[in-house]
Amino acid sequence: MNNTNLYHYILGIADNSLILGQRMGELCGHGPSLETDIACTNISLDLFGQVRSYYQYAAKIANDGRTEDDIAMLRKERDYVNVLLAEQPNTDFAYTMARHFLFDVYHFLFLTELQKSKDLTLAAIATKSLKEVSYHQRFSTDWIKRLGDGTEESHQKMQNAINDMWTYTDELFHQTDADKAMFAEGIGVDVTKLKAVYYDKVNAILEEATLSIPESKYFQKGGKKGIHTEHMGFLLTELQYMQRAYPNMEW
Amino acid sequence: MSEEQITRPNVSLGKGVENLETQFEERIARDEKIEPKDWMPEKYRQTHIRQMSQHAHSEIVGMLPEGNWITRAPSLRRKVALLAKVQDEAGHGLYLYSACETLGISRDELYEQLHSGKAKYSSIFNYPTVTWADMGAIGWLVDGAAIINQVPLCNTSFGPYARAMVRVCKEESFHQRQGYEIMIKLANGTPEQKDMAQDALNRWWWPSLMMLGPTDAESVHTEQSMKWKLKRKSNDELRQQFIDQTVPQADLIGLTIPDPDLKWNEERDSYDFGEIDWDEFWQVVKGHGPMNKERMKARVGAWEGGAWVRDAAMAHAAKNAERKEKEAV
Repeated sequence: MNNTNLYHYILGIADNSLILGQRMGELCGHGPSLETDIACTNISLDLFGQVRSYYQYAAKIANDGRTEDDIAMLRKERDYVNVLLAEQPNTDFAYTMARHFLFDVYHFLFLTELQKSKDLTLAAIATKSLKEVSYHQRFSTDWIKRLGDGTEESHQKMQNAINDMWTYTDELFHQTDADKAMFAEGIGVDVTKLKAVYYDKVNAILEEATLSIPESKYFQKGGKKGIHTEHMGFLLTELQYMQRAYPNMEW
Repeated sequence: MSEEQITRPNVSLGKGVENLETQFEERIARDEKIEPKDWMPEKYRQTHIRQMSQHAHSEIVGMLPEGNWITRAPSLRRKVALLAKVQDEAGHGLYLYSACETLGISRDELYEQLHSGKAKYSSIFNYPTVTWADMGAIGWLVDGAAIINQVPLCNTSFGPYARAMVRVCKEESFHQRQGYEIMIKLANGTPEQKDMAQDALNRWWWPSLMMLGPTDAESVHTEQSMKWKLKRKSNDELRQQFIDQTVPQADLIGLTIPDPDLKWNEERDSYDFGEIDWDEFWQVVKGHGPMNKERMKARVGAWEGGAWVRDAAMAHAAKNAERKEKEAV
Protein backbone atom coordinates (compact mmCIF):
# COMPACT_ATOMS: atom_id res chain seq x y z
CA MET A 1 0.00 0.00 0.00
CA ASN A 2 1.40 3.36 -1.01
CA ASN A 3 -0.39 5.39 1.53
CA THR A 4 -1.04 3.44 4.71
CA ASN A 5 -1.75 6.54 6.72
CA LEU A 6 -4.42 7.77 4.33
CA TYR A 7 -6.04 4.31 4.31
CA HIS A 8 -6.16 4.21 8.11
CA TYR A 9 -7.33 7.78 8.24
CA ILE A 10 -10.30 6.97 5.98
CA LEU A 11 -11.22 3.97 8.13
CA GLY A 12 -11.09 6.16 11.21
CA ILE A 13 -13.81 8.33 9.71
CA ALA A 14 -15.84 5.67 7.91
CA ASP A 15 -16.04 3.10 10.71
CA ASN A 16 -17.97 5.59 12.84
CA SER A 17 -20.62 5.99 10.17
CA LEU A 18 -20.75 2.24 9.56
CA ILE A 19 -21.31 1.29 13.17
CA LEU A 20 -23.75 4.11 13.88
CA GLY A 21 -25.65 3.30 10.70
CA GLN A 22 -25.86 -0.32 11.76
CA ARG A 23 -27.20 0.67 15.18
CA MET A 24 -29.79 2.99 13.65
CA GLY A 25 -30.80 0.28 11.17
CA GLU A 26 -31.73 -2.01 14.06
CA LEU A 27 -34.60 0.32 14.96
CA CYS A 28 -36.34 0.18 11.61
CA GLY A 29 -40.00 -0.67 12.21
CA HIS A 30 -39.74 -0.30 15.98
CA GLY A 31 -39.67 3.49 16.46
CA PRO A 32 -41.90 5.35 18.93
CA SER A 33 -43.88 6.87 16.05
CA LEU A 34 -44.06 6.45 12.30
CA GLU A 35 -42.37 9.80 11.75
CA THR A 36 -39.40 9.00 13.99
CA ASP A 37 -39.17 5.57 12.40
CA ILE A 38 -38.85 7.16 8.97
CA ALA A 39 -36.32 9.69 10.24
CA CYS A 40 -34.14 7.05 11.93
CA THR A 41 -34.18 4.86 8.83
CA ASN A 42 -33.24 7.88 6.79
CA ILE A 43 -30.31 8.70 9.05
CA SER A 44 -29.11 5.12 8.77
CA LEU A 45 -29.43 5.39 5.00
CA ASP A 46 -27.39 8.61 4.93
CA LEU A 47 -24.66 7.06 7.06
CA PHE A 48 -24.37 3.97 4.87
CA GLY A 49 -24.26 6.19 1.80
CA GLN A 50 -21.28 7.99 3.32
CA VAL A 51 -19.72 4.68 4.28
CA ARG A 52 -19.84 3.48 0.68
CA SER A 53 -18.05 6.58 -0.60
CA TYR A 54 -15.34 6.27 2.05
CA TYR A 55 -14.73 2.53 1.65
CA GLN A 56 -14.73 2.72 -2.14
CA TYR A 57 -12.01 5.31 -1.80
CA ALA A 58 -10.17 3.23 0.83
CA ALA A 59 -10.32 0.19 -1.48
CA LYS A 60 -8.74 2.27 -4.23
CA ILE A 61 -5.99 3.44 -1.91
CA ALA A 62 -5.37 -0.09 -0.57
CA ASN A 63 -5.27 -1.40 -4.15
CA ASP A 64 -5.05 -5.02 -3.00
CA GLY A 65 -8.17 -6.40 -4.67
CA ARG A 66 -10.47 -5.82 -1.72
CA THR A 67 -13.85 -4.18 -2.31
CA GLU A 68 -15.92 -1.79 -0.20
CA ASP A 69 -17.77 -4.82 1.21
CA ASP A 70 -14.57 -6.64 2.14
CA ILE A 71 -13.46 -3.62 4.09
CA ALA A 72 -16.87 -3.14 5.72
CA MET A 73 -17.59 -6.74 6.58
CA LEU A 74 -14.49 -8.88 6.60
CA ARG A 75 -12.21 -7.32 9.13
CA LYS A 76 -11.65 -8.70 12.62
CA GLU A 77 -13.10 -6.81 15.57
CA ARG A 78 -9.67 -5.47 16.56
CA ASP A 79 -9.32 -3.88 13.13
CA TYR A 80 -12.40 -1.67 13.42
CA VAL A 81 -11.43 1.78 14.66
CA ASN A 82 -14.74 3.47 15.38
CA VAL A 83 -15.13 5.39 18.63
CA LEU A 84 -16.77 3.52 21.52
CA LEU A 85 -19.66 5.99 21.48
CA ALA A 86 -20.83 4.73 18.06
CA GLU A 87 -21.28 1.11 19.13
CA GLN A 88 -23.38 1.76 22.25
CA PRO A 89 -26.72 -0.06 22.08
CA ASN A 90 -30.24 1.32 21.62
CA THR A 91 -31.13 0.83 25.27
CA ASP A 92 -34.14 3.10 24.78
CA PHE A 93 -35.01 6.08 22.58
CA ALA A 94 -33.25 8.45 25.00
CA TYR A 95 -30.00 6.48 24.68
CA THR A 96 -30.32 6.38 20.91
CA MET A 97 -30.82 10.13 20.72
CA ALA A 98 -28.11 10.88 23.30
CA ARG A 99 -25.61 8.77 21.36
CA HIS A 100 -26.51 10.49 18.11
CA PHE A 101 -26.55 13.97 19.53
CA LEU A 102 -23.13 13.55 21.12
CA PHE A 103 -21.78 12.18 17.87
CA ASP A 104 -23.63 14.52 15.49
CA VAL A 105 -22.26 17.68 17.11
CA TYR A 106 -18.75 16.28 16.66
CA HIS A 107 -19.49 14.97 13.17
CA PHE A 108 -20.72 18.36 12.00
CA LEU A 109 -17.62 20.17 13.31
CA PHE A 110 -15.35 17.50 11.89
CA LEU A 111 -16.84 17.52 8.39
CA THR A 112 -16.84 21.30 8.29
CA GLU A 113 -13.05 21.14 8.68
CA LEU A 114 -12.60 18.12 6.40
CA GLN A 115 -14.13 20.13 3.55
CA LYS A 116 -10.86 22.07 3.49
CA SER A 117 -8.79 18.91 2.98
CA LYS A 118 -6.13 18.93 0.28
CA ASP A 119 -7.42 15.49 -0.65
CA LEU A 120 -10.17 16.40 -3.08
CA THR A 121 -12.05 13.11 -2.70
CA LEU A 122 -12.29 13.47 1.06
CA ALA A 123 -13.23 17.14 0.71
CA ALA A 124 -16.01 16.22 -1.71
CA ILE A 125 -17.38 13.45 0.53
CA ALA A 126 -17.28 15.88 3.46
CA THR A 127 -19.24 18.51 1.58
CA LYS A 128 -21.91 16.04 0.53
CA SER A 129 -22.13 14.45 3.98
CA LEU A 130 -22.28 17.77 5.78
CA LYS A 131 -25.70 18.50 4.27
CA GLU A 132 -26.98 15.22 5.69
CA VAL A 133 -25.28 15.60 9.04
CA SER A 134 -26.66 19.09 9.58
CA TYR A 135 -30.08 17.43 9.41
CA HIS A 136 -29.01 14.63 11.77
CA GLN A 137 -27.77 17.22 14.23
CA ARG A 138 -31.01 19.16 14.06
CA PHE A 139 -33.04 15.98 14.56
CA SER A 140 -31.11 14.70 17.57
CA THR A 141 -30.81 18.17 19.10
CA ASP A 142 -34.58 18.63 18.88
CA TRP A 143 -35.10 15.32 20.64
CA ILE A 144 -32.63 16.20 23.40
CA LYS A 145 -34.73 19.30 24.03
CA ARG A 146 -38.07 17.52 23.77
CA LEU A 147 -37.11 14.69 26.08
CA GLY A 148 -35.03 16.82 28.43
CA ASP A 149 -37.72 19.45 28.75
CA GLY A 150 -40.74 17.20 28.26
CA THR A 151 -42.23 15.14 31.08
CA GLU A 152 -40.60 14.19 34.35
CA GLU A 153 -40.14 10.64 33.08
CA SER A 154 -38.55 11.71 29.80
CA HIS A 155 -36.29 14.16 31.62
CA GLN A 156 -34.99 11.40 33.89
CA LYS A 157 -34.47 9.00 30.99
CA MET A 158 -32.63 11.61 28.95
CA GLN A 159 -30.47 12.58 31.89
CA ASN A 160 -29.54 8.92 32.51
CA ALA A 161 -28.65 8.48 28.87
CA ILE A 162 -26.51 11.61 28.74
CA ASN A 163 -24.76 10.59 31.97
CA ASP A 164 -23.97 7.15 30.58
CA MET A 165 -22.87 8.30 27.13
CA TRP A 166 -20.77 11.19 28.44
CA THR A 167 -17.88 8.92 29.32
CA TYR A 168 -17.40 8.15 25.61
CA THR A 169 -17.20 11.76 24.39
CA ASP A 170 -13.56 12.50 25.18
CA GLU A 171 -12.30 9.82 22.81
CA LEU A 172 -13.69 11.80 19.87
CA PHE A 173 -10.76 14.20 20.32
CA HIS A 174 -7.93 11.69 20.62
CA GLN A 175 -5.46 11.76 17.76
CA THR A 176 -4.21 8.54 16.20
CA ASP A 177 -0.89 8.28 14.40
CA ALA A 178 -2.74 8.38 11.08
CA ASP A 179 -4.58 11.52 12.25
CA LYS A 180 -1.30 13.25 13.05
CA ALA A 181 0.32 12.26 9.78
CA MET A 182 -2.66 13.33 7.72
CA PHE A 183 -2.99 16.63 9.54
CA ALA A 184 0.68 17.32 8.84
CA GLU A 185 0.03 16.79 5.13
CA GLY A 186 -2.97 19.11 5.06
CA ILE A 187 -5.32 16.21 4.43
CA GLY A 188 -6.66 15.52 7.90
CA VAL A 189 -8.37 17.49 10.64
CA ASP A 190 -6.77 18.30 14.00
CA VAL A 191 -9.55 16.92 16.20
CA THR A 192 -7.95 18.28 19.38
CA LYS A 193 -8.90 21.76 18.18
CA LEU A 194 -12.59 20.84 17.97
CA LYS A 195 -12.88 19.91 21.63
CA ALA A 196 -13.59 23.30 23.21
CA VAL A 197 -16.21 24.35 20.70
CA TYR A 198 -17.79 20.89 20.91
CA TYR A 199 -18.34 21.05 24.65
CA ASP A 200 -19.54 24.65 24.42
CA LYS A 201 -22.16 23.63 21.90
CA VAL A 202 -23.20 20.47 23.72
CA ASN A 203 -23.38 22.18 27.10
CA ALA A 204 -25.51 25.02 25.74
CA ILE A 205 -28.03 22.57 24.31
CA LEU A 206 -28.10 20.47 27.47
CA GLU A 207 -28.81 23.60 29.46
CA GLU A 208 -31.60 24.61 27.12
CA ALA A 209 -32.99 21.10 27.54
CA THR A 210 -32.94 21.63 31.33
CA LEU A 211 -30.43 18.78 31.68
CA SER A 212 -27.42 18.77 33.97
CA ILE A 213 -23.99 18.66 32.42
CA PRO A 214 -22.27 15.54 33.76
CA GLU A 215 -19.41 16.32 36.05
CA SER A 216 -17.53 13.06 35.70
CA LYS A 217 -13.92 13.49 34.68
CA TYR A 218 -13.41 9.80 33.93
CA PHE A 219 -13.56 8.88 30.29
CA GLN A 220 -13.39 5.64 28.32
CA LYS A 221 -11.25 5.17 25.26
CA GLY A 222 -10.00 2.34 23.08
CA GLY A 223 -12.20 2.23 19.98
CA LYS A 224 -9.71 4.15 17.88
CA LYS A 225 -7.14 1.47 18.72
CA GLY A 226 -9.57 -1.37 18.03
CA ILE A 227 -10.27 -2.17 21.68
CA HIS A 228 -14.04 -2.14 21.87
CA THR A 229 -16.81 -2.59 24.40
CA GLU A 230 -18.41 -6.03 24.71
CA HIS A 231 -21.30 -4.89 22.49
CA MET A 232 -19.13 -4.73 19.42
CA GLY A 233 -18.70 -8.45 18.75
CA PHE A 234 -22.44 -9.00 18.60
CA LEU A 235 -22.97 -6.04 16.32
CA LEU A 236 -20.30 -7.39 13.97
CA THR A 237 -21.79 -10.87 14.11
CA GLU A 238 -24.92 -9.54 12.45
CA LEU A 239 -23.12 -7.15 10.13
CA GLN A 240 -20.80 -9.88 8.86
CA TYR A 241 -23.20 -12.82 8.95
CA MET A 242 -23.78 -13.27 5.22
CA GLN A 243 -20.19 -12.58 4.20
CA ARG A 244 -18.93 -15.10 6.77
CA ALA A 245 -21.56 -17.77 6.12
CA TYR A 246 -21.31 -17.52 2.32
CA PRO A 247 -17.76 -16.42 1.55
CA ASN A 248 -16.61 -15.20 -1.85
CA MET A 249 -20.01 -14.75 -3.41
CA GLU A 250 -21.63 -11.82 -5.17
CA TRP A 251 -24.95 -10.47 -4.07
CA MET B 1 -78.17 23.37 -1.55
CA SER B 2 -75.68 24.72 0.96
CA GLU B 3 -72.53 22.81 1.79
CA GLU B 4 -73.86 22.20 5.29
CA GLN B 5 -76.84 20.38 3.83
CA ILE B 6 -74.67 18.34 1.53
CA THR B 7 -72.23 17.20 4.19
CA ARG B 8 -74.76 16.63 6.95
CA PRO B 9 -77.92 15.14 5.48
CA ASN B 10 -80.79 14.91 7.87
CA VAL B 11 -81.84 11.29 7.91
CA SER B 12 -85.42 12.29 8.70
CA LEU B 13 -85.56 13.90 5.28
CA GLY B 14 -85.83 10.35 3.89
CA LYS B 15 -86.40 11.20 0.28
CA GLY B 16 -83.58 13.77 0.42
CA VAL B 17 -81.07 11.11 1.40
CA GLU B 18 -82.23 8.86 -1.39
CA ASN B 19 -81.65 11.69 -3.85
CA LEU B 20 -78.21 12.29 -2.46
CA GLU B 21 -77.38 8.63 -2.84
CA THR B 22 -78.55 8.60 -6.41
CA GLN B 23 -76.52 11.70 -7.19
CA PHE B 24 -73.55 10.13 -5.43
CA GLU B 25 -73.73 6.92 -7.44
CA GLU B 26 -74.09 8.95 -10.63
CA ARG B 27 -70.97 10.93 -9.84
CA ILE B 28 -69.01 7.72 -9.40
CA ALA B 29 -70.42 6.31 -12.63
CA ARG B 30 -69.21 9.48 -14.39
CA ASP B 31 -65.72 8.78 -12.98
CA GLU B 32 -65.81 11.89 -10.80
CA LYS B 33 -63.66 11.80 -7.69
CA ILE B 34 -65.32 11.86 -4.28
CA GLU B 35 -63.51 14.24 -1.94
CA PRO B 36 -63.47 14.12 1.89
CA LYS B 37 -65.90 17.01 2.36
CA ASP B 38 -68.41 15.69 -0.18
CA TRP B 39 -71.51 13.93 1.06
CA MET B 40 -71.10 10.17 1.03
CA PRO B 41 -73.15 7.25 2.29
CA GLU B 42 -72.00 6.01 5.70
CA LYS B 43 -71.27 2.61 4.23
CA TYR B 44 -68.94 4.17 1.66
CA ARG B 45 -67.09 5.96 4.45
CA GLN B 46 -66.80 2.83 6.58
CA THR B 47 -65.74 0.63 3.67
CA HIS B 48 -63.03 3.09 2.76
CA ILE B 49 -61.80 3.40 6.32
CA ARG B 50 -61.64 -0.38 6.47
CA GLN B 51 -59.82 -0.89 3.19
CA MET B 52 -57.44 2.08 3.41
CA SER B 53 -56.47 1.37 7.00
CA GLN B 54 -55.99 -2.30 6.20
CA HIS B 55 -53.68 -1.17 3.44
CA ALA B 56 -51.83 1.21 5.76
CA HIS B 57 -51.48 -1.47 8.44
CA SER B 58 -50.08 -3.87 5.83
CA GLU B 59 -47.38 -1.35 4.95
CA ILE B 60 -46.41 -0.89 8.59
CA VAL B 61 -46.49 -4.55 9.57
CA GLY B 62 -44.77 -5.30 6.25
CA MET B 63 -41.75 -3.33 7.46
CA LEU B 64 -41.03 -6.04 10.03
CA PRO B 65 -40.21 -9.10 7.91
CA GLU B 66 -37.90 -7.03 5.72
CA GLY B 67 -36.54 -4.95 8.58
CA ASN B 68 -35.44 -8.32 9.95
CA TRP B 69 -32.63 -8.40 7.36
CA ILE B 70 -31.36 -4.81 7.43
CA THR B 71 -28.57 -5.53 9.90
CA ARG B 72 -27.60 -8.69 7.99
CA ALA B 73 -27.78 -7.56 4.36
CA PRO B 74 -24.93 -9.19 2.44
CA SER B 75 -23.42 -6.05 0.92
CA LEU B 76 -23.50 -2.31 1.51
CA ARG B 77 -25.37 -1.78 -1.75
CA ARG B 78 -28.07 -4.26 -0.72
CA LYS B 79 -28.26 -2.77 2.74
CA VAL B 80 -28.84 0.73 1.40
CA ALA B 81 -31.46 -0.52 -1.06
CA LEU B 82 -33.28 -2.47 1.64
CA LEU B 83 -33.27 0.48 4.03
CA ALA B 84 -34.68 2.68 1.29
CA LYS B 85 -37.34 0.13 0.50
CA VAL B 86 -38.50 -0.28 4.08
CA GLN B 87 -38.48 3.49 4.44
CA ASP B 88 -40.74 3.74 1.38
CA GLU B 89 -43.15 1.37 3.06
CA ALA B 90 -43.24 3.51 6.18
CA GLY B 91 -43.94 6.46 3.87
CA HIS B 92 -46.81 4.59 2.21
CA GLY B 93 -48.21 3.85 5.65
CA LEU B 94 -47.93 7.50 6.59
CA TYR B 95 -49.88 8.90 3.68
CA LEU B 96 -52.42 6.10 3.64
CA TYR B 97 -53.15 6.82 7.32
CA SER B 98 -53.37 10.51 6.43
CA ALA B 99 -55.76 9.78 3.55
CA CYS B 100 -57.80 7.66 5.94
CA GLU B 101 -57.91 10.47 8.50
CA THR B 102 -59.74 12.66 5.97
CA LEU B 103 -62.73 10.37 6.61
CA GLY B 104 -62.91 11.46 10.23
CA ILE B 105 -60.93 8.87 12.15
CA SER B 106 -57.60 9.44 13.90
CA ARG B 107 -54.37 7.53 13.42
CA ASP B 108 -54.45 6.59 17.10
CA GLU B 109 -57.89 5.02 16.65
CA LEU B 110 -56.66 3.11 13.60
CA TYR B 111 -53.65 1.83 15.56
CA GLU B 112 -55.97 0.77 18.33
CA GLN B 113 -57.97 -1.29 15.81
CA LEU B 114 -54.77 -2.93 14.56
CA HIS B 115 -53.44 -3.68 18.02
CA SER B 116 -56.72 -5.11 19.28
CA GLY B 117 -56.94 -7.41 16.26
CA LYS B 118 -60.11 -5.72 15.00
CA ALA B 119 -58.39 -4.48 11.85
CA LYS B 120 -56.64 -6.85 9.51
CA TYR B 121 -53.44 -6.50 7.52
CA SER B 122 -52.09 -8.53 4.65
CA SER B 123 -51.61 -12.11 5.86
CA ILE B 124 -48.46 -12.59 3.84
CA PHE B 125 -46.50 -10.71 6.49
CA ASN B 126 -47.25 -13.45 8.98
CA TYR B 127 -44.64 -15.66 7.32
CA PRO B 128 -41.04 -15.52 8.56
CA THR B 129 -38.11 -14.23 6.49
CA VAL B 130 -35.55 -16.96 7.06
CA THR B 131 -32.90 -16.31 4.41
CA TRP B 132 -31.56 -13.38 2.43
CA ALA B 133 -33.34 -14.75 -0.66
CA ASP B 134 -36.63 -13.91 1.06
CA MET B 135 -35.81 -10.25 0.44
CA GLY B 136 -35.74 -11.06 -3.26
CA ALA B 137 -38.87 -13.21 -3.16
CA ILE B 138 -40.87 -10.61 -1.24
CA GLY B 139 -39.95 -7.85 -3.68
CA TRP B 140 -40.58 -9.99 -6.72
CA LEU B 141 -43.70 -11.88 -5.65
CA VAL B 142 -45.31 -10.00 -2.78
CA ASP B 143 -44.79 -6.54 -4.24
CA GLY B 144 -45.63 -8.02 -7.63
CA ALA B 145 -48.99 -9.26 -6.36
CA ALA B 146 -49.54 -5.97 -4.51
CA ILE B 147 -49.07 -4.00 -7.72
CA ILE B 148 -51.64 -6.13 -9.51
CA ASN B 149 -54.05 -5.39 -6.68
CA GLN B 150 -53.18 -1.73 -6.50
CA VAL B 151 -52.75 -0.38 -10.02
CA PRO B 152 -56.54 -0.33 -10.59
CA LEU B 153 -56.87 1.69 -7.37
CA CYS B 154 -55.13 4.65 -9.01
CA ASN B 155 -58.56 5.19 -10.64
CA THR B 156 -60.68 4.43 -7.61
CA SER B 157 -63.53 6.79 -6.73
CA PHE B 158 -62.20 8.27 -3.46
CA GLY B 159 -59.82 11.10 -4.41
CA PRO B 160 -57.27 10.93 -1.56
CA TYR B 161 -56.91 7.15 -1.94
CA ALA B 162 -56.55 7.33 -5.73
CA ARG B 163 -53.87 10.01 -5.50
CA ALA B 164 -51.96 8.17 -2.78
CA MET B 165 -52.01 5.02 -4.89
CA VAL B 166 -50.37 6.73 -7.86
CA ARG B 167 -47.26 7.31 -5.79
CA VAL B 168 -47.45 3.97 -3.98
CA CYS B 169 -47.62 2.09 -7.28
CA LYS B 170 -44.60 3.90 -8.72
CA GLU B 171 -42.53 2.92 -5.71
CA GLU B 172 -43.90 -0.63 -5.53
CA SER B 173 -42.97 -1.20 -9.13
CA PHE B 174 -39.42 -0.13 -8.33
CA HIS B 175 -39.42 -2.52 -5.35
CA GLN B 176 -40.58 -5.35 -7.53
CA ARG B 177 -37.77 -4.83 -10.02
CA GLN B 178 -35.33 -4.61 -7.14
CA GLY B 179 -36.60 -7.90 -5.68
CA TYR B 180 -36.42 -9.62 -9.03
CA GLU B 181 -32.88 -8.32 -9.45
CA ILE B 182 -31.91 -9.95 -6.13
CA MET B 183 -33.36 -13.22 -7.45
CA ILE B 184 -31.51 -12.92 -10.80
CA LYS B 185 -28.24 -12.47 -8.96
CA LEU B 186 -28.89 -15.50 -6.75
CA ALA B 187 -30.15 -17.67 -9.61
CA ASN B 188 -26.99 -16.88 -11.57
CA GLY B 189 -24.76 -17.31 -8.54
CA THR B 190 -23.22 -20.36 -6.87
CA PRO B 191 -25.28 -23.58 -6.47
CA GLU B 192 -25.79 -22.61 -2.84
CA GLN B 193 -27.22 -19.23 -3.87
CA LYS B 194 -29.46 -20.80 -6.48
CA ASP B 195 -30.81 -23.24 -3.87
CA MET B 196 -31.48 -20.32 -1.58
CA ALA B 197 -33.48 -18.60 -4.34
CA GLN B 198 -35.46 -21.74 -5.19
CA ASP B 199 -36.21 -22.38 -1.53
CA ALA B 200 -37.53 -18.82 -1.15
CA LEU B 201 -39.73 -19.21 -4.23
CA ASN B 202 -41.05 -22.50 -2.85
CA ARG B 203 -42.03 -20.89 0.42
CA TRP B 204 -43.45 -17.59 -0.92
CA TRP B 205 -45.27 -18.77 -4.05
CA TRP B 206 -48.48 -20.08 -2.50
CA PRO B 207 -48.86 -17.34 0.12
CA SER B 208 -48.42 -14.83 -2.73
CA LEU B 209 -51.31 -16.41 -4.62
CA MET B 210 -53.41 -16.31 -1.46
CA MET B 211 -52.57 -12.64 -1.10
CA LEU B 212 -54.93 -11.84 -3.95
CA GLY B 213 -57.80 -12.85 -1.70
CA PRO B 214 -60.29 -15.71 -1.39
CA THR B 215 -61.94 -17.11 -4.50
CA ASP B 216 -64.73 -15.03 -5.99
CA ALA B 217 -67.32 -17.44 -4.59
CA GLU B 218 -66.13 -16.70 -1.04
CA SER B 219 -65.31 -13.02 -1.38
CA VAL B 220 -67.81 -10.98 0.64
CA HIS B 221 -67.04 -7.47 -0.46
CA THR B 222 -66.56 -7.80 -4.19
CA GLU B 223 -69.87 -6.59 -5.63
CA GLN B 224 -70.17 -3.35 -3.68
CA SER B 225 -66.47 -2.66 -4.11
CA MET B 226 -66.76 -3.02 -7.87
CA LYS B 227 -69.50 -0.41 -7.94
CA TRP B 228 -67.38 2.05 -5.99
CA LYS B 229 -64.32 1.27 -8.12
CA LEU B 230 -62.48 0.00 -5.07
CA LYS B 231 -62.06 -3.08 -7.18
CA ARG B 232 -61.98 -3.31 -10.97
CA LYS B 233 -61.33 -7.05 -11.36
CA SER B 234 -62.28 -10.06 -9.24
CA ASN B 235 -59.77 -11.85 -7.00
CA ASP B 236 -59.62 -14.83 -9.36
CA GLU B 237 -58.98 -12.61 -12.38
CA LEU B 238 -56.19 -10.82 -10.54
CA ARG B 239 -54.67 -14.12 -9.42
CA GLN B 240 -54.66 -15.42 -13.00
CA GLN B 241 -53.02 -12.20 -14.17
CA PHE B 242 -50.33 -12.55 -11.50
CA ILE B 243 -49.59 -16.16 -12.41
CA ASP B 244 -49.47 -15.46 -16.14
CA GLN B 245 -47.11 -12.58 -15.56
CA THR B 246 -44.83 -14.32 -13.04
CA VAL B 247 -44.30 -17.80 -14.49
CA PRO B 248 -42.24 -16.55 -17.48
CA GLN B 249 -40.13 -14.47 -15.09
CA ALA B 250 -39.30 -17.60 -13.09
CA ASP B 251 -38.53 -19.51 -16.31
CA LEU B 252 -36.22 -16.76 -17.46
CA ILE B 253 -33.94 -17.14 -14.44
CA GLY B 254 -34.16 -20.93 -14.29
CA LEU B 255 -36.30 -21.23 -11.15
CA THR B 256 -39.18 -23.69 -10.89
CA ILE B 257 -42.66 -22.71 -9.72
CA PRO B 258 -43.52 -25.20 -6.95
CA ASP B 259 -46.77 -26.37 -8.56
CA PRO B 260 -46.80 -29.74 -10.38
CA ASP B 261 -50.18 -28.87 -11.91
CA LEU B 262 -48.98 -25.67 -13.53
CA LYS B 263 -49.51 -25.96 -17.26
CA TRP B 264 -50.00 -23.58 -20.19
CA ASN B 265 -53.54 -23.74 -21.52
CA GLU B 266 -53.61 -22.77 -25.21
CA GLU B 267 -57.37 -22.44 -25.26
CA ARG B 268 -57.55 -20.06 -22.33
CA ASP B 269 -54.30 -18.36 -23.28
CA SER B 270 -53.39 -18.66 -19.59
CA TYR B 271 -51.76 -21.00 -17.12
CA ASP B 272 -53.80 -23.65 -15.35
CA PHE B 273 -52.63 -24.07 -11.79
CA GLY B 274 -53.00 -26.37 -8.80
CA GLU B 275 -55.32 -26.22 -5.82
CA ILE B 276 -54.59 -23.49 -3.26
CA ASP B 277 -54.58 -24.62 0.36
CA TRP B 278 -57.40 -22.39 1.59
CA ASP B 279 -57.31 -23.99 5.03
CA GLU B 280 -53.86 -22.50 5.47
CA PHE B 281 -55.10 -19.15 4.20
CA TRP B 282 -57.95 -19.01 6.72
CA GLN B 283 -55.72 -20.24 9.53
CA VAL B 284 -53.33 -17.34 8.96
CA VAL B 285 -56.13 -14.79 8.44
CA LYS B 286 -57.68 -15.87 11.73
CA GLY B 287 -54.44 -15.12 13.54
CA HIS B 288 -52.74 -18.51 13.67
CA GLY B 289 -50.01 -18.12 11.08
CA PRO B 290 -46.34 -18.67 11.92
CA MET B 291 -45.66 -15.03 12.84
CA ASN B 292 -49.03 -13.40 13.68
CA LYS B 293 -48.28 -13.16 17.39
CA GLU B 294 -44.73 -11.90 16.90
CA ARG B 295 -45.78 -9.23 14.41
CA MET B 296 -48.44 -7.85 16.75
CA LYS B 297 -46.08 -8.06 19.70
CA ALA B 298 -43.55 -5.97 17.78
CA ARG B 299 -46.15 -3.37 16.75
CA VAL B 300 -47.78 -3.11 20.16
CA GLY B 301 -44.34 -3.11 21.79
CA ALA B 302 -43.14 -0.21 19.64
CA TRP B 303 -46.34 1.72 20.33
CA GLU B 304 -46.51 1.14 24.08
CA GLY B 305 -42.76 1.40 24.52
CA GLY B 306 -42.82 4.72 22.67
CA ALA B 307 -45.68 6.26 24.66
CA TRP B 308 -43.35 8.16 26.99
CA VAL B 309 -41.54 9.63 23.96
CA ARG B 310 -44.76 10.84 22.34
CA ASP B 311 -46.00 12.19 25.68
CA ALA B 312 -42.75 14.09 26.12
CA ALA B 313 -43.02 15.59 22.64
CA MET B 314 -46.55 16.79 23.40
CA ALA B 315 -45.54 18.18 26.80
CA HIS B 316 -42.58 19.99 25.26
CA ALA B 317 -44.74 21.49 22.50
CA ALA B 318 -47.22 22.70 25.12
CA LYS B 319 -44.43 24.28 27.17
CA ASN B 320 -43.08 26.00 24.07
CA ALA B 321 -46.50 27.34 23.17
CA GLU B 322 -46.91 28.65 26.70
CA ARG B 323 -43.51 30.35 26.59
CA LYS B 324 -44.35 31.98 23.27
CA GLU B 325 -47.62 33.24 24.63
CA LYS B 326 -45.88 34.76 27.64
CA GLU B 327 -43.31 36.42 25.40
CA ALA B 328 -46.07 37.91 23.29
CA VAL B 329 -47.68 39.40 26.41
